[in-house]
Amino acid sequence: MAQFHQFCTFFLDHFFFGLEVENVQEVIRYQSITCVPLAPPAVRGLINLRSQIVPAVDLRQFLELDQNVTKIPVETQLDKNSEHLPLNVVVRTADEVISLLVDDVGEVLEISDACFEKSPETLTGNARQLIRGAYKLADQLLLILDTDKVVELTILKPTLRN
Amino acid sequence: MDEDIKAFLVESYENISQIETDLVTLEKNPTNQDLLEGIYRSLHTIKGNCGFMAFPTLEALTHSGENLLSCLRDGQLQLNAEITSGLLELLDAMQQICAQIEAIGQEGDVDYSGLIQTLNQLQSRDTGDEGGFCTNVTINSQKQIPKPAPTNPEGSKLPCDREELMSALTTPNTVQSIRVDINLLDKLMNLVGELVLVRNQIQQFSTLQDETAFVTTSQQLNRLTTELQEGVMKTRMQPISTITRKFPRVVRDVAIATEKQVQLEIEGEETELDKTIIEAIKDPLTHLLRNCVDHGIESPEVRQTQGKSATGRLRLQAFHESGYVTIEISDDGAGIDSERLKQKALSLGLITPNQANCLSETDALNLIFLPGFSTANCVTRLSGRGVGMDVVKTDVEKVGGTVDVHTQVGLGTTFKLKIPLTLAIIPALIVTSGGDCYTIPQTNLLELVRLQGEQADHRIEYVHKAPVYRLRGKLLPLVYLNRELELVEWEPKTAHPQSEIMLNIVVLQVDNFTFGLVVDAINDTQEIVVKPLGKLLKETPCFAGATILGDGKVALILDVFSLASRAGVLSDEQTNALIQQEISSQSTIETVQILLLFEALDNSRMAIPLSRVVRLEEFPRTAIEQVGDRQVIQYRDQILYLVNFANVSFVSSQRFSAANPKTAVLDADPLQVVVVACQSGRQIGLVVQRMVDIVMEDLCITGEATRPGVQAIAVIQGQVTELLDIEAI
Repeated sequence: MAQFHQFCTFFLDHFFFGLEVENVQEVIRYQSITCVPLAPPAVRGLINLRSQIVPAVDLRQFLELDQNVTKIPVETQLDKNSEHLPLNVVVRTADEVISLLVDDVGEVLEISDACFEKSPETLTGNARQLIRGAYKLADQLLLILDTDKVVELTILKPTLRN
Repeated sequence: MDEDIKAFLVESYENISQIETDLVTLEKNPTNQDLLEGIYRSLHTIKGNCGFMAFPTLEALTHSGENLLSCLRDGQLQLNAEITSGLLELLDAMQQICAQIEAIGQEGDVDYSGLIQTLNQLQSRDTGDEGGFCTNVTINSQKQIPKPAPTNPEGSKLPCDREELMSALTTPNTVQSIRVDINLLDKLMNLVGELVLVRNQIQQFSTLQDETAFVTTSQQLNRLTTELQEGVMKTRMQPISTITRKFPRVVRDVAIATEKQVQLEIEGEETELDKTIIEAIKDPLTHLLRNCVDHGIESPEVRQTQGKSATGRLRLQAFHESGYVTIEISDDGAGIDSERLKQKALSLGLITPNQANCLSETDALNLIFLPGFSTANCVTRLSGRGVGMDVVKTDVEKVGGTVDVHTQVGLGTTFKLKIPLTLAIIPALIVTSGGDCYTIPQTNLLELVRLQGEQADHRIEYVHKAPVYRLRGKLLPLVYLNRELELVEWEPKTAHPQSEIMLNIVVLQVDNFTFGLVVDAINDTQEIVVKPLGKLLKETPCFAGATILGDGKVALILDVFSLASRAGVLSDEQTNALIQQEISSQSTIETVQILLLFEALDNSRMAIPLSRVVRLEEFPRTAIEQVGDRQVIQYRDQILYLVNFANVSFVSSQRFSAANPKTAVLDADPLQVVVVACQSGRQIGLVVQRMVDIVMEDLCITGEATRPGVQAIAVIQGQVTELLDIEAI
């Protein structure tokens, strides 16, 4: 008997990602980010989420995606209504609340476990640990992220600091 | 876990720690019947609860303890060290069982029959010593017979029950408190923290508003928030006695183990600190006490040959001092021999011979805080492993405190801990570097220096590669914040002409090291709410946390200690050499005083020692209030008496402004006030016309005082200056 799961989906580069809906606290528009010098490069900085300080993680950097198209603006060019700004997907991990910076958000999808498949062995790098697998949707693949791993990898991999 | 069991545990822990305290006190004063009764009652309560909750092991233990205690109470036994130890062991066992219950909900299967037997033996052996078991039994029964009420054949049970009943009846009337879950308090504290942030934002907003109603409302909000903040802070305050209560026992155990005689005196137990801080300093304090007994206080024989009393004195004093809580632990023991410390450090390879030679007395004493340092000749169970004092230091520094040590060989040692009242909300300086705001806790802040134009270029000199600045004749190593944080050099948009270049130096202190932090701009001071950085950024150096500023932006809180060690201020040989030089120059020119020069309202030049100056403040004239014939100002929750030398009235303008509020704003030249600390610990405010300078002068007194409040007259910077006598004021 196949089980159904709900996923909050978002776009990053040309990929379609999903997070288990239970782990997602909220999705908010771009917030100004305070840089943390000397921090792991994947941590873009800190945002003020209703008086709670939340670290913002640059998934692009983390998944070793194309950095050139990064949409995170220089603070001076900030325009909060711009459509080109990244959005914050605020997730609850095992230890704390973090925000993932993404290009755009999709719908919440309910998908059957039957179409899930693990990542192929050819997947390497951070992505190997971060992407649990994919749901084979009709038109594309939905890649499932393991958010607990984000925290874990940022801390454990000082090699990430170039 | 079951609510009942939870309540039982809380009560039992409380009773156990109460008994522990009482027992150690009782040992010193074995005839105190009230104490004995108290102990008996507490133990009996636990026993009763055990029966009710069905914890047979614990019940059996408490029962045997109770028997022993009842013998003591009835005077059949005299309390001696053996019995006390037995009873203390019993308490440990009870604590163990409670911990078990807390962990697994059951008593566990540790066998305590040995302990029970010991307790029973203690009871019978001593009666035997007193001259025959049988006689005592008869005495025992004789004593018990008159006690029970005639109608109750069961005997001694009734008085106890009645006592319990009495206490049950009286408690609700006397205790005006309730138990609150600590998590709830933490949550409240967080909420208040957030309220403070919102308040800051509103205040910033209100300065842009003309609407009077809004400004008034925001002032109201400000006042309420401050009050609420204080209130919530108070609920988290705990008297230091919550930890010192355990100390008599600790000291007793160590003293017995090391065969020493020690008398512990505790003062200021009611001094209150934030709960988190109380927890953080518990271990360091315990460690210091153990160290004092083990290393400080000599054995009774040695003490007597030196003409001291056989019993060593150990004092723990806690008191408030200028926004901090000071805890002093002092013993009258052997003191610390700095020469021996140096030798030991040399042999352990912690310092080089060269360093050893130029170490000052204070620095040598600070060697004990080095990791791996131990003077004990052999490792004992108690101390001498060389982990300890460094842990004490790091623990205390973690909560923003400091440890100082003073010693006199042969006379004793004093450890002085300075600990902040709270961690959650602290005053901080806000600076800009590389376009971002950073905050620096004011506890580290010494002073601010601004160099302008040419000065900025020429006054920075280099010792090889290390930039330094001559601050009143001493070299101050400089650290550039943007370089330390690897920030991109922040280029101002328009190139300033040469004369407008500014250099802001924030003079900071860590341990005994002073350094200047160069920042782009110094913005403001603000009360900030410290928020942790979370796991993701835990490894990131230089930051102690983050906060939200008035404009809603997140700002990082600099960890001055980690910043300094990263910049090499603390370890770099070169800088150390500079500091050595500084220290030696300090000792050679002790006659030189650092003075604050200012002009009084009548334009006469005056000076006071800088060491007495707490702060320089500016107040709006409207803040002055009149109390009797004195002018006061509300300053940091205290009333600050204003002192004015010249008889020029500075209040007149206030009266004038009250009558004419419009001009008041224009007219309100802020009042320059020097906040000075008096010997008595009070602060007064000296009203001055303007600050002139800070000078280092070899004082040559040239004239006698001509008016009260003036100590002497001297020539400073070629001008006649009056030196004020602060105590006389």
